[in-house]
Amino acid sequence: MIINKTKNKVIENIAYGVFLLAGMITIGFVLLISIYLIIPGIPAIKEIGLLKFLFGTKWSSTSSPPSFGILPFILTSIYGTAGAIIIGVPIGFFTAMYLSKYAKGTTKAVLEAAIDLLAGIPSVIYGLVGMLVLVPLVKSTFNLADGAGLFSAMIVLAVMILPSIIKVSLAALDAVPQDYEAASLALGASAAETYFKVSARAAAGGITAAVVLGVGRAIGEAMAIIMVSGNAANMPGLFSSVRFLTTAVAGEMAYSSGLQRQALFSIALVLFLFIMLINAALNHFIKGERQK
Amino acid sequence: MKKIVLLIMCISTLVLGLAACGNDSADSSPSGKVATDGSTSMEKLIGLLGETFTNENPDIDFTYNATGSSAGITAVSEGRCDFGLSSRSLTAEEKSSGLTETVIAYDGIAIVANPKNGVKDLSTEDLKKIYTGQIKNWNELGGKDMEIVVIGREAGSGTRDGFESIIDVKGQCNYRQELTSTGDVLTAVSKNENAIGYVSLASVNEDVKVLTIGGIAPNEKTILRGTYAIQRPFLIVTNENKELSKAAKAFLEFITGSDAKALIEKAGVFPGK
Repeated sequence: MIINKTKNKVIENIAYGVFLLAGMITIGFVLLISIYLIIPGIPAIKEIGLLKFLFGTKWSSTSSPPSFGILPFILTSIYGTAGAIIIGVPIGFFTAMYLSKYAKGTTKAVLEAAIDLLAGIPSVIYGLVGMLVLVPLVKSTFNLADGAGLFSAMIVLAVMILPSIIKVSLAALDAVPQDYEAASLALGASAAETYFKVSARAAAGGITAAVVLGVGRAIGEAMAIIMVSGNAANMPGLFSSVRFLTTAVAGEMAYSSGLQRQALFSIALVLFLFIMLINAALNHFIKGERQK
Repeated sequence: MKKIVLLIMCISTLVLGLAACGNDSADSSPSGKVATDGSTSMEKLIGLLGETFTNENPDIDFTYNATGSSAGITAVSEGRCDFGLSSRSLTAEEKSSGLTETVIAYDGIAIVANPKNGVKDLSTEDLKKIYTGQIKNWNELGGKDMEIVVIGREAGSGTRDGFESIIDVKGQCNYRQELTSTGDVLTAVSKNENAIGYVSLASVNEDVKVLTIGGIAPNEKTILRGTYAIQRPFLIVTNENKELSKAAKAFLEFITGSDAKALIEKAGVFPGK
């Protein structure tokens, strides 16, 4: 009996150790990446000057003398993400509402499977389809010389963030207690009134979390939009060729050297700070949701 | 049984081969280091050559540092590497400082447009004006009234560097799209009848139309003769003031030898005469 107990204890301790190690590895990677971003990211900012770097409007990394202003990239990332949210959130929210409250049986199953599939498509495929179908379509619809630009990128991003928005909103809507809805219906409110005024309000925290998650996904995406956004370092305009923070790093990293390479790390650092902010916001909303 | 015979044959060939090697250079296979430094455009070519060379000479440590032509020339003149790799000719000044160039291949850059585009021929002067934004519409070049969509590669790309230095528009280009691979440039051009782009000649496909430059189409003949304008040499630069190591000599012999020709063609460029 006693031997058994010690044996159990040993197994318990080993299990504890394995779990701890796994946790430590994850934290280790995060630390490693942070350190590796911060250390090579700082020197270029120092050399170029923080204000000149963040608010410079001209990026021309290989001309002589080079200029390293990333304001066009920052604005493009903000505009692009905002556009994706404006297009993606209403579609995502209504889809989630439909799935949670109206859809039944086969329709629901098919729709859910389609959303899972959408989430599983690699981003390079989004880019490729965007380049082959969307860019020519935007070009002919708006009668432009070229369809690659901010608008095409917004649409690709909007489609890419749909699955996460739908899934998180759906979970929030499904978690609304039945009593709320029953009470509202009993008071004579119609189904639509109940869902939009009661359920949606009760799930507001979760839906906000979904939006923030979508922002996080959109701002970090590179592969899909590098193929549809044109990548010229212009100040953003709806149909002009633009470069995002992510695509600025991904586009030039392969052949970069010297200060150009360091500046790319600095861009990555700026992007990293953006994403940390978004994560902090996400945690805040999720916590707020739990406390209710 | 068959396998064993085959094995014995293999081993004997290997031994004979090694013995043959031993005959023309005092010791057996050369060992040591071969350091190359320079042009990013030559990455594919030098990678292919280096790989085959180290397969044949496993004791030699081969390195390639992709820094750019000028950086490679500086590195070899300062003795930091055995060979500088350059995708431009040496200047008179560089030659007088004791550097020698050996052309190993010529690379052609093709100017591509959409097959629906009526324009067939451009001069280098036209190209210069298109890429710097002075000519904005195809009708200025005898085509339809369509805005020209200028497509190029990302900063740092060897093809971009080659194109911009040959037509002398370095740092002044006004791109509508900067794409990160040859394939993307070809796709973008094939999907837009307003587009113009440049890609290395070896990668041209049927979805795009190759424009002639000053009436001359890019091909092996026009490039080796030097009549096609948008081309550049791939050079190996050596320093006369520094004696090559045995390993480096072996590498130089290998890449200028006849075996290397097939590899050079495989890399999509034309071996120099």
